[in-house]
Amino acid sequence: MGVRFLIPGPLQPFSGGRAAVALDASPGTVAEALAALGAAHPGLCERILTERGEVRPHVNVFVAETNIRDAGGLAARVTEGSEIAILPAVSGG
Amino acid sequence: MKPPAPLSVGNGDAVLLVGTMKGLFLLRSDGKRRRWAMTGPFFPGSSVYGAALDTRAGRRRLWAAPSSMHWGAELAWSDDFGKSWHRPATPLVRFPEASGSALKNIWQIVPGRADQPDTLYCGVEPSALFASHDAGKTWTLNEGLWNHPHRSQWTPGAGGLCLHTVLVDPAVAGRLTVASSTGGVYRSDDAGRSWRARNQGVRAEFLPDKHPEFGQCVHKIAHHAGRPGRLFLQNHWGLYRSDDGGDSWQDVAHGVPSDFGFCLGVHPRDPDTAFIVPLHSDGFRCTPDGKLRVYRTRDAGKSWQPMTRGLPQKDAFETVVRDGMAVDGFDPAGVYFGTRSGKLYGSRDDGRTWELLREGLPPIVCVKAVTAENVRGRRRAPRPRARRAGERLRRAA
Repeated sequence: MGVRFLIPGPLQPFSGGRAAVALDASPGTVAEALAALGAAHPGLCERILTERGEVRPHVNVFVAETNIRDAGGLAARVTEGSEIAILPAVSGG
Repeated sequence: MKPPAPLSVGNGDAVLLVGTMKGLFLLRSDGKRRRWAMTGPFFPGSSVYGAALDTRAGRRRLWAAPSSMHWGAELAWSDDFGKSWHRPATPLVRFPEASGSALKNIWQIVPGRADQPDTLYCGVEPSALFASHDAGKTWTLNEGLWNHPHRSQWTPGAGGLCLHTVLVDPAVAGRLTVASSTGGVYRSDDAGRSWRARNQGVRAEFLPDKHPEFGQCVHKIAHHAGRPGRLFLQNHWGLYRSDDGGDSWQDVAHGVPSDFGFCLGVHPRDPDTAFIVPLHSDGFRCTPDGKLRVYRTRDAGKSWQPMTRGLPQKDAFETVVRDGMAVDGFDPAGVYFGTRSGKLYGSRDDGRTWELLREGLPPIVCVKAVTAENVRGRRRAPRPRARRAGERLRRAA
């Protein structure tokens, strides 16, 4: 069953143009899910995370409807069938 | 958004790389520089503080440093003047894990010496220097500067803690000069292995000790390729010249309405000629009295004259940031600058008269003036002519 990532438009050049990426993997945390995503689609994780392995300040990662910043960050739990959305924050100018 | 239309560029054309807070624009003209075609924005939504054209070793490689507030900064390149861009999956410039830092922005991309055609440099935020010695395929952090004992005491200005200027000395092999805000000027004479602060005479108005060894907020430095050792410096309060490669600096703020400003340009042939846009104070940071004036010196800073023909002299409260000015290699020289209000001005007579080339652009943060080379299948337009230093300039003024 795996997990499913929702990819925003600016990152789709690194997901083969796809808005959603399904991974046949069983990660236990968001960090593990992102590692699987990065292995399948190089370039995505580098733009979601900094070199220090932190979620970029203006990027939000949701598991279902929960922002992982409210659920343990990259250690937030994911389960079979989880949908993980990568969303740009409402910042800009 | 539709992709920008291709820009048809021929050998010898003048090309402007205009980085804005919302993408990169390219302008092209022939050597006369009367009419400019424009295309863009490339990387819409990303700021572009760094851009360069590398024409060494038969290349026509355009480099750009788009920085997305959301997805980070990266280096991209194009070999067809923007028709297609290469964005490596793993961004080329990344801090090593041991540094404990993460890249915020790329402020400067600079090709190395002509006799090192595969060397390039990047100045980044947080303040650091990266170098590539394989034509940009791989980049490494300059450890000599990163491990400098002064670095921990550098502090960020309004633009962040950035290494915004990299000067590659064309005459002295192994000499690199960089500037950081704050931090000041640092020079290496051994190709980047070791670095020494070079701020003697440059004041730090915002510190108790006004003349520290380092810590100055240097906004821009520029050197003259034809006269080794000649540099100009626009400081956060202060305007300086060095004739000894930065070993010492002399105050040359003679006759300017303010010695505060950001941008700086030097003439391509006359080492005594430079251009600035003074701003009123670090509190206001706009052109004094609502007059947009480029000040030009033709005597190495002994005096400065306002260049106003074609520039608005009423209700023009403009700001030109540190990389917002460029000078081309043509004769007479073209001088260009962009404003925070999105206006792009140009002069094609050594700064004597000015025209509004474009308006309505996003805030302009970088302007680079380059000459196209190595373009296949196109006519060869007249190349910039070399003349005796300053000859034409003096006749025209």
